[in-house]
Order: sequence, then C-alpha cells, then structure tokens
Amino acid sequence: MLTQFANAFLGRLSWHALPQDAITRGGASAIVLGGLGIVALITLTHRWKWLWKEWLTSQDPKRIGVMYIVVSVVMLLRGLGDVALMRAQQATSVGNSHGILDASHFQQIFSAHGTIMIFFVAMGFLFGLINLVLPLQLGARDVAFPFLNSTSFWLFFAGMGLINLSLVIGDFSAAGWLAYPPLSELKFSPTTGVDYWIWSLEISGVGSLLSGINFLVTILKMRAPGMTLRKMPMFAWSVMGSMTLVAFAFPILTVTLTLLALDRTIGTHFFTAGGGGNAMMYVNLIWAWGHPEVYILILPAFGIFSEVVPTFSRKPLFGYTSMVWAIWAIVLLSFTVWLHHFFTMGAGADVNAFFGIMTAVIAVPTGVKIFNWLFTMYRGRIKFATPMLWFMGFTVMFTIGGVAGVLLSVPAIDYQVHNSLFLVAHFHMMIISGVLFGYFAGLTYWFPKIFGFRLHEGLGKIAFWCWAIGFMLAFTPLYILGLMGATRRLDHYDASLGWQQLFIVAGIGVIFVLLGVAAQVLQLVISIWQRDQRRDLTGDPWGGRTLEWSVPSPAPSYNFTTLPVVTARDQFWADKHAGKTVEPRYEDILVPKNTGAGLWIGAFAFLVGFGMIWHMYWLALLGLVGIMVTIIVRASDDEPEYILKAKEVEKMDNALRRRKQYV
Amino acid sequence: MKKGAKIWLGLILGLAFIVALTGWYLHRHTVAVLQPVGQIGRKERNLIAFCAALSILVMVPVFTMLGVFAWKYRESNVRAKYSPELEGSNLAETIWWLIPTALISIVAVITWRSSYAMDPFKHIDTSKPTLHVQVVALDWKWLFIYPDQHIASVNEVAVPVGMPVDFELTSDTVMTSFWAPQLGGQMYAMPGMNTHLNLEASKTGSYRGVAANISGKGFAGMDFMVKAVNGSDFTKWLQTAKRSASKLTANSYAVLARPTENVRPSYYGTVDSGLYDTIVMNYMMPMGTQTNTEGSV
Repeated sequence: MLTQFANAFLGRLSWHALPQDAITRGGASAIVLGGLGIVALITLTHRWKWLWKEWLTSQDPKRIGVMYIVVSVVMLLRGLGDVALMRAQQATSVGNSHGILDASHFQQIFSAHGTIMIFFVAMGFLFGLINLVLPLQLGARDVAFPFLNSTSFWLFFAGMGLINLSLVIGDFSAAGWLAYPPLSELKFSPTTGVDYWIWSLEISGVGSLLSGINFLVTILKMRAPGMTLRKMPMFAWSVMGSMTLVAFAFPILTVTLTLLALDRTIGTHFFTAGGGGNAMMYVNLIWAWGHPEVYILILPAFGIFSEVVPTFSRKPLFGYTSMVWAIWAIVLLSFTVWLHHFFTMGAGADVNAFFGIMTAVIAVPTGVKIFNWLFTMYRGRIKFATPMLWFMGFTVMFTIGGVAGVLLSVPAIDYQVHNSLFLVAHFHMMIISGVLFGYFAGLTYWFPKIFGFRLHEGLGKIAFWCWAIGFMLAFTPLYILGLMGATRRLDHYDASLGWQQLFIVAGIGVIFVLLGVAAQVLQLVISIWQRDQRRDLTGDPWGGRTLEWSVPSPAPSYNFTTLPVVTARDQFWADKHAGKTVEPRYEDILVPKNTGAGLWIGAFAFLVGFGMIWHMYWLALLGLVGIMVTIIVRASDDEPEYILKAKEVEKMDNALRRRKQYV
Repeated sequence: MKKGAKIWLGLILGLAFIVALTGWYLHRHTVAVLQPVGQIGRKERNLIAFCAALSILVMVPVFTMLGVFAWKYRESNVRAKYSPELEGSNLAETIWWLIPTALISIVAVITWRSSYAMDPFKHIDTSKPTLHVQVVALDWKWLFIYPDQHIASVNEVAVPVGMPVDFELTSDTVMTSFWAPQLGGQMYAMPGMNTHLNLEASKTGSYRGVAANISGKGFAGMDFMVKAVNGSDFTKWLQTAKRSASKLTANSYAVLARPTENVRPSYYGTVDSGLYDTIVMNYMMPMGTQTNTEGSV
C-alpha cells in the first residue's frame, strides 16, 4: 500500500537518481553551489525586490534580451566545460588507457554539449540580440506582444533548468544531440536521459515558436511611419527570414518530440524498430526541422555583419536588394536540403542527387552575401574595431568551412566523410564562425546602446585572436582525422592508428579558446569597473547608420520620445549628414505593466516537464492546470498597460540627456 | 628590416613549419580516405580532389579581396579613394550571382552523374562474378554471413582482391553505419531494413572498418577487419572458417546477439540458410515482437 502510494507519488524518482560518480558529483555540486551562491548574494544585498521588479517581471524587450544573453553566456560556459572533458577524454583514452570517462558518461556529455550549444546558447543569444535591437531598429517602442515575449523567455528558462537538472537528478540522454531512434527508444535507453532531452526541448521549443511569431508580427506591423520594407535595415530583414523559418520549422520539432515521447511513455510505435514503427521517419522529420534551424541561427548573424561592415567601413551596405534576395533564397532553399544529413540511409541515386544539388545551390546566395560585404569594404574607411575583426575571422573560416560543405554535398563524397570528424569539423566551423562570431560582433556593437558604456577594445581583440587561433588548432586536426577514418563520438581508439597527436593538438586549440573566453569575462569585468570612463555620451559611439543610434545610450525603456519618420534606408546617417536634429516632442506613451505571469507559466511548464520525465503524472497535470489558470488570470486583467505621462517622459528624457540617470 | 616585414617573415616561416610538420605526420600515417585500395574509394578520392581544386577558384578571390581591401582601405590610409555613397552596382552584383552559379552548375553536374555512377546499391561490374556478403549489426559487433559459401564470421570479413563485393546490410539492434574507409563509403544498417553497399578491394592487405553511427555503450569498440586476399588465400580463409566447430543456428545466434563489447574475430563453420532473411523479417511482422518492451529474436 505504502509503496504503491510512493510509486504513484514519486514515479521513477528515488535516491538512486542522485549522482554516483566523482565527475558528475563535481558538476552537480557546481550547479547546486553556484545556484545557492547566487541566491545568497541576492539575499545578502537585499536585491530580491529589485530583481523581481526591474528584471524578472519586466516586459521591456531590452531587459528580456539581457536576461536571454546572461543565460546563454552561462550555458556557453557549461557547454565549454563539456568540451574540455571531451577533449581530455579523446586525448588520453587510447590503447590500454581509457581516459577519465566511461563510455555512457562520455556519450551523455557530447549529447548535452550539442543540445546546450544549439538550444540554450545559440537560440538564447539569438533571441537576446533580437530583443535588444529589433524594436529600436524599426523605430518601435516595443515588440508586438510584450507579455508573450516574456512568456517565451521563461519557457526557454524552464527548458534550460530541466537540462541542467539532469546533471543533479537522474542522467542525460546518451543518444547524441538529435537522439535518433531506435537508440533513443525505451528499449535501448530505459533511463530518464532521453526524457530530459525531450522535455527540455519541447518546452523551450514552444517558447521559440512563440518568439518567432512575435518578432514576425513586430516586423510586419510595428515599423516606424515611412519605413517601407525596402527601407528596413538589413538586420531586420535577416530576422524576418529567420523568424519565418522558426514559424514553419519549430512545429515540426514539437510534433516529432511529442511522437517520441508517446513512444516512450504510452508504448506507441511511431519510431520503434518493430511493431510497425519506422525510425527513418524520425530521421526525416528531425532534419526537416534541423536544417532550417541552422539558417534560423545564421541568418541573423548575417544581418549583424550587414550592420557592422557598413558602419565600420563608413559606407552604405553594398547591394541592398541582392542581399534581401539572398536572404529569401536561403529561406526557401533551406527547406529543400534536409536529406543531405542522411545520404547514407539508402535513398536512390535520383533522390540523393536532387538533395545534393539543392545543397550546393545554397552556396550561391551565401557567396553573393560574402561578395557584397567585401565590396562594402571596397573604397571605404575601415576601422578595425572588435566587431570588424569578428567579421573578418568569420569570412576566412566560413569560406573554408563552406568549401568543406560543398564537398559534403556531393553524395558520392559524403559516403566517405559522413559521421566522421571531417563532418564535425565542418559544422563547427560553420556554426562557430558563422553564428557565434556574428553574435559576438553584435553584442560588442550594441552593448553601449543597452548599457550605456563600451566594452574594453584591447581585451576584445585579445579574445578574438585567442578564439581564432584556438579554433583553427581545434578543428584542422579534426578534418585530417576524419579523412584518416576517425568517426565522431569515439570514447576510445586503438593506439596503432596514431591519432593521439592530432587529438592532443585539438585539445591545445580548446585551451586557446578557453583563454579567449577568459579574456571576454575579464573584458566584461574591467568594462563594468571602468564604466565611468567608457560612457557613451553621444548615443552614437560608432558612427552608426540606423535608428537605434538616434536615441541616447542606454536606450530608455520607451525607446523613442517621438516616433521617427523614415524617408531613407540609413535614416540616421542621412539625418546626421543633413545636420538635422529632431526637437523632442513629448507625448503620453502606453507601456505594458510588469507582470510575473510569464515567469509563472515557465515555472508550471517546468513542473509539467519534470512530472513527465519522472512519471509523476499528478505533477504534470498540476503544472498544466497551473498554466491554464495563469493564462486565465492574466487574460482577465483589463488594464495590462499604463500610461506614461508626457511630463514623466520629458523628465526621464532630460535626465538621460544630462547623463545622470545611470550611475 | 621594417617591423611589418619582420611580422610577415615570421608568419610565413611559422606557416611553413606547420605545413612541414603536418606533411611529416601524414607521411607516417594512413590517411584512409585519401589512400584508397579499391576502385570505389579511388573514384571518391578523385571527386574530393576535383571539388577541392574547384574550391580554390572561390577561396583565392575571396581571401585576396579580403586582404587587399582591408589593407588598402584601412582608416589611416587617407590617400585611398573613399566613396561614401557607393551602395551597389548592377554589373558587379550580376557577376557575383553568375560566378557562383557557374561553379555550382559544375558541381551539380558532377553530383548528378556521380550519384548514379557510384550508387552504392549498384553492382560494380556485372560482367564479373560478385561476392555476396550479408552483414548484421549487433550490439556491439558485426556478423558477416557468406550465403553462398555457408559460413559466417564475426568482426572479420575476407574478400578476394579484384572481385566486386555486394554487402547486404541490416541491423538486429539500433541503427548504425557500416564504413570501410579504404575500400570506400558507408551505408546505414537498420533493423527491419535491407541496404546495400557495393565495394571492391584492388590490393591485398588488412583494412580497418568501423561502425560510424552512435549505437550505444560499446560503439567505440565496434570495429572489424577487411582482409583483402588473393584467390587461393581466400579459399584457405574459407576453409579455416569451415573447420570451425561453431554452427550458426537460431539458438547460437541468440547467444551471439547478446550485447558484448570489443569482440575478437571468430568463425562459424555452418550457417542456417535463410537466417539473414529471418533477422530482417522479424521486424516486419504486424505487431511483431520487436517492440519497446523486452524481447529479442
């Protein structure tokens, strides 16, 4: 009777779920102690109220953006910790030595690494930057649906919480970052690992879909008067392309994960080996989301480069129209290439050839973008600030990685390099140089607009060089290893193969990357320390071209006192050079009230996920009811907004212009 | 020497050193994909070489322009021409829509033709007799059944040099990939599915083969050896296998199919006919036994 009750109450949860070995215990304690440390710090400094009022319940996209980026940076550190362990394992686990990790632990680590880097670093960083910049660039005061925006963030946060909880309670998936069945089915992965994977992505994926719709509507409906689509800044165009992909691709992910969850919890046979299931269907579905996902991440990075290169070359973007066409060509093509992830699954020559050719075709619009950026530099006055360095590093590495990509797109070649470290080197080269370098450039570029002071340039440059050198050292050996026949995800290999030296070089590369990250952390600390000397008093620290630079730094919560009227592509640049200044006219502004509803929805979603993972169905149900009640309560609020009086705006604006607000 | 020249000299020397070191390393090791021993592998290597050469046409102009523009139009070089209004050129943009299109068209033609010519399901040379080998991926080893010779082996497969081989692949566990890099190419082995990989070895020797797709705990140790031998040695190898007292029946197969790691090569002197088909069909039964809960063959 008692055990029955305990089973119904606790599901699969028991003391055995706590970590059993030293390394996991270390990771778990780091997470628990880190969390407790933060809580203690906030309590000791009496910051709870401030945190709640200014940040957690905030509907200001800039605040939400900062929270996204903070989470992403913490997750980047976690993902790099995984990298350090993997590199240490592969550098030492050769011949009679078996390194520091056992096979299943190693497999959990690379699965967590991929999942965290894509979903909780890249996606979080992406939504963070969009939140910071998009409304400002469009001359808007907010996103279309502020409350939905905060809900998206908290769903993302809940997913992040679940994936990290797997380190403390239970285990994580050992089936790779995309968890192909049958390996990810209950028969082969009976523990909670794959469930953690499913539910953290399911929850954060819903958040991403909501964000996608939100930003798409923001772009379509909230642009400043006069800003026709063809006058929109290129970053906004790239976000529009990316969010279109989110709207079409993320539902596929949600459904696929749901089907896998059904297989695992109620015994359906969508993807099982027998019983009428078909794992190949899963592989198709997951990549029908997975390939567009790559472009979801990379298009906004292209957009950032399209802002950075003109600003630091002091010239308009070369070939605006062909840039827009290139974005939409990529959007369309990205849905026609998913099969290139599994040429080796036995499709006929005609199918493989079609998808191979479509893949290679994407190189055309991408190439056009590179040429346009290069010709933006042509006859410019180039200032090599850190964002520009990230761009140049990107161009070199992305081109090398892209060439490797064209090789991979030929099915007959792919048979020889698929699933090898050559492939691993290729996609890291694309995602790190394309996505991460782009986001770093964007963060450095827009940092003063959000915080009111610039980041330390010298340390930024050191960070860039550490990343660039470390990156080449870490991945060039992997290209060679792949050609030598090394498959990905090996926790051990034979000494006679002679791979160890190359794995050690790759490990040294990672040390350089970690130095780069250390330089970035130091950069942030020193910049905050010296913020008074580093203040941006003009609102336009780089000689910018677009509307976000027309407001003071840090940008006020309402963004614009007067909504700008747009007549040119680089409106702010044109105004500056015409000597035109807008005399502020103060008006009443409708501002969304703070609300904790988004946070509660995230918290309840976390319970749903935790309940489903551990088969505590009452908890999942409770979470679901909690979400519904929160939505009803929120929807019953007749006054979700308040009016910021013109007088108040004037006072805030004057304070900002006198530079006294931010101390 | 000027400071700039010194930096350049240092860079060039450093690069030369790295290239030399890499060359020395590669010289001492087997680079499987670039040192193939069969006609499929050779064709694949040639394709890689051709596409890599083609890519130089992209890399050279991009890197040159990046370097030259960055140097020439740096902020401090006030003598360089500055055109703050230049925002496009129809001619230039048309050119760089067309150049990549031309290059990719070449790749497209190659892709199309090679996809058919090197379709792994296709027999390599129909004028010659083809050796049939049935391959079953197990946790965590490879079972090779020679249906015509009625023997089987684990983690070792012998093929006569010059004879085309048709590997017929399935899995009796999760999905994984069968890859023999020096012979050329890989193909997924999946439960309930039947795929083919046609290869050929043209030089005697032992070549490493691997499971290339993550398949669980013992994945890293799921290697096999391809023994490419001449005709008489192949007969000898078959006889060695035939002399083995082990018989591959439904029962002994069930024992073999249990998860084991880092398995040494072994042989079966006889094989129940139709075993491979049974393994594949076992997953095909409506409401078959292979479900999420327990139960193997």
